[in-house]
Amino acid sequence: MSKIVLSHIDKFYGENHVLRDINLTIEDGDFMTLLGPSGCGKTTTLRVVSGLEKPQHGTMTIDDKPIIDADKAFYEAPSKRGLNLVFQSYALWPHMTVFDNVAFGLKIKKMKKAEVEETVMRSLKTMRIEEYRDRYPNELSGGQQQRVAIARAIASSPKLLLLDEPLSNLDARLRIDMRAELKRLHRETGTTIIYVTHDQVEALTMSTKIALFKEGEISQIDTPLGLYTNPIDLQAADFIGNPRINFIDSKSVYDGENLSVESVFGTYVFPKSTLKLDEEIPLNKEFDTVLGLRPEMVDVYTEDPHHKNTVPAKVYANQPAGSETLITLTVGGLEFLAIQVGLVEYDMNQQVFVVLHPSRMNVYNKETGRLIKFAKTKHKAGIDD
Amino acid sequence: MAKKGWKHPPMTKERLKNQFNSLIGNPFNVIVFITLILLFVLIIIPLLSMVHNTFIVAKSELRNIPGAKVGDYTLWYWKYLIASPLTKTILWVPLRNSLIIGAFVTVIAVPLGALMAWLMVRTDIPGKGLLSALILIPYMIPSWCKALSWMTIFRNPSMGGNGVLSSLGIPVPNALASGFIPIIIVMTMHYYAFSYIMASGALRSINSELEEMGEIQGATRAQILKSITLPLILPSILSATIMTISKSVGTYGVAARLGGNNADGTPFYVLATRMKDFINSSPKGVGYAMSILMILLAAGTIIINQKLIGTRKSYATIGGKGTRSNLIQLRSAKWPMLIVISLFLIIAMVMPVFFLVMESFQIVPGGGYGANNLTLYAWIGELQNAPNPGYAQNGLFRNSEFVRALGNTVKLSLIASLITATFGQFFGYITTRGRGKWYGNAVEQLIFIPYLMPGVAFSAIYFSMFSQPRLGGLIPSLYGTFALILLVSIVKHFPFASRSGSSNMMQIAVELEEAATINGAGFWKRIASIIIPLAKNGFLSGFLLSFISIAKELDLIAILMTPKNYTLSFLAFDYSKEAMPQVADAICIVIIVFILVTNRIADKFGGNVSKSM
Repeated sequence: MSKIVLSHIDKFYGENHVLRDINLTIEDGDFMTLLGPSGCGKTTTLRVVSGLEKPQHGTMTIDDKPIIDADKAFYEAPSKRGLNLVFQSYALWPHMTVFDNVAFGLKIKKMKKAEVEETVMRSLKTMRIEEYRDRYPNELSGGQQQRVAIARAIASSPKLLLLDEPLSNLDARLRIDMRAELKRLHRETGTTIIYVTHDQVEALTMSTKIALFKEGEISQIDTPLGLYTNPIDLQAADFIGNPRINFIDSKSVYDGENLSVESVFGTYVFPKSTLKLDEEIPLNKEFDTVLGLRPEMVDVYTEDPHHKNTVPAKVYANQPAGSETLITLTVGGLEFLAIQVGLVEYDMNQQVFVVLHPSRMNVYNKETGRLIKFAKTKHKAGIDD
Repeated sequence: MAKKGWKHPPMTKERLKNQFNSLIGNPFNVIVFITLILLFVLIIIPLLSMVHNTFIVAKSELRNIPGAKVGDYTLWYWKYLIASPLTKTILWVPLRNSLIIGAFVTVIAVPLGALMAWLMVRTDIPGKGLLSALILIPYMIPSWCKALSWMTIFRNPSMGGNGVLSSLGIPVPNALASGFIPIIIVMTMHYYAFSYIMASGALRSINSELEEMGEIQGATRAQILKSITLPLILPSILSATIMTISKSVGTYGVAARLGGNNADGTPFYVLATRMKDFINSSPKGVGYAMSILMILLAAGTIIINQKLIGTRKSYATIGGKGTRSNLIQLRSAKWPMLIVISLFLIIAMVMPVFFLVMESFQIVPGGGYGANNLTLYAWIGELQNAPNPGYAQNGLFRNSEFVRALGNTVKLSLIASLITATFGQFFGYITTRGRGKWYGNAVEQLIFIPYLMPGVAFSAIYFSMFSQPRLGGLIPSLYGTFALILLVSIVKHFPFASRSGSSNMMQIAVELEEAATINGAGFWKRIASIIIPLAKNGFLSGFLLSFISIAKELDLIAILMTPKNYTLSFLAFDYSKEAMPQVADAICIVIIVFILVTNRIADKFGGNVSKSM
């Protein structure tokens, strides 16, 4: 139904360059999440797509139809782009009932009265709020208002639905409910969705693709799994994942065939096939690298499991949290984090053995901060890797 | 517009066409454009025109400037004002008088207002509900009404009759009947409101935890007041001080009524009254030059205020989240403080109204309240039955001048406040939606200009602009027309109306409009179905407050008045100069009742008199 292509979008506020050469393709039916810390340009990108902001440079098409051509000062009106937007603040009109809020856009389209009634009720039913049709927004709870905002956005059957941090005003439990609701909505309607959030859990759980923003630029576009397994640079690695990834300083040498990486864990050798060769990798010369090690990739044993990648370690601190346990470990002065499913008890300073999986580690060039060695995704990795 | 890393795209025909279409196709742009032109025409051009007029020879000065022709450039007016043998009498003395009045009013009114604000907001003074309902009423009574009321009490034969005191045989010294003391006292009873309103706003925004922290550290209440509370509200008090100086130096009505004569028999002048005399007689150019000086004086103080306080003002609201406020216990000081406020209310509200009412029933003002001196004549009497042969007209409700003035007042206030409030909403819309953009700032600054000018000086501008045909006769001379008075009333109230409009618009989140845009609503549809329904109450209260302000206005329209356009305020002012103060008193009472009733209604829509400063 709709494929959106943004190319070379630049947006300035005065001297402030807030979007820098944004290139993004959103395929039909995608659930594309724009992810990043606040002030990184993700909301601005969404507003450019919606037509509420006009970029100074770049083009945008929907299904090959030009929507923005900044050089020609051409900007299609927001209402003619076939999209709708759910605001972070919901932006429900306080002087209209739920019904009137949802019906507003339909009435503007001069839809017949009976049809308006039917369409509004259908979208209220989809969001399971039909009993509130005659209430005013201030008579509803936050979660209900959120549903009205979504109902209003989907009533016009947009080809593209834009959501700007829609869950940030909800409490933790409602957020989980609404995540499920949104995912179901995406499945049922098949609408292309662009979703803005700073919450990586939302991004990872709902999206088909994630565009990671950093200071007005897109640093990586990938599937949730791809982004999680192989963040493109140290900042991205640091941002994605909770608890955060362990960074382990290391020295590496690349001889053109293999990359050998030396750290407190010993020396690992990675073949050329696992390397990201378009990145800067000095040849035949030792250089500083950083190993990226996810806490859940550290297996902890109380007795030596006789695995080839076993390293003895000490327990520094232990945080059982019900469904999982966080263990802070030390190896030769290096502190790092492991996570285990379920409640596990360790004593302080207890001797343990950790099994590591080099093939599932990332290697970053410390100087450029960029990923130079891919980690295998879990379902591709063998148990002994 | 050149930006780093981004080359300006080539100016193709298509780009130009699209840019033009989006500029013209967006009604908002068109409205901004019209607004800028309107403000330029209504504010900048008249101001420049008046400045220009002070350098141009007018017909009436031909005999004073040998060899000059009408329209020649001349420095004669300015020389006359600031470098002639008359300078002392026409400039330095009135200026000195104005400054003395301003200084005294400020020194008394600002601490008084601040004290009352502190008592009302931060202490457990008894009867707070009633007091806070009453405390701004003196400010709602027009200041010239209070001047008339002063005369009912302190009038002595030097002011052409007796007041309550001299009729009781108590001699009233001239210094109490007219001149500095009455002017200062009456203005104080009016301008206490600035410091009261600003200080109570600041006090309300201070979290009481800040004071409680001081208490925990062992500070006494006096120490807390001195080293925590006062410094925090200091910026707003400073602001109020500057406002009070600027306003009291520029006030016309009170000084015109209570000025009287100096000891040597010459009239007592302040800048405003001296200027009006020049404008209504001659040489007008000197009057214009004086009003430029007044504008510079008022604008100077306000701009200094903005520069000094502007950046620090915000810190008065630090900790503004604290809604819970523990009140300070006055304990033994409770009753003395209550007496202070009650005394103020009695002097500034009860007595003025009481004596105005009483005098309106008297046959001979100052003739006592015996049955033989009481009459309803001032209200409903007919001339042929007049109890006093000196009476010049029917009682109020049978007086065609009153009926006409009432009609004029209602017509003027209604039309002017409707227009000014409507424009105010648009201005507010432009300034809030254009915040930080050049046009938003331009509109905001243009609108601020009338605020810098004393009313009497502002109308001088319009007088100079429109008392002669303009644009080669396309605009005829407007002097003496209702239209001119209307125009002045509208433009002078722009700053207030726009402030009310922008506080109104600020409450309507931009997203509400954006949501409508995305749903296909164009500009006018958004205005009609989102902005207007949500702005309704704010608009109504803004409208009613301008209505009150225009209805009681005297300073602003005094210069422009001709008999057929008299409003109630001016009629009362006029009558009070003749030997019939009772009718003037009665008109004052009508105005006061009208103001209080309208204010009550405005209150219902969230309007607050403190917003109409």
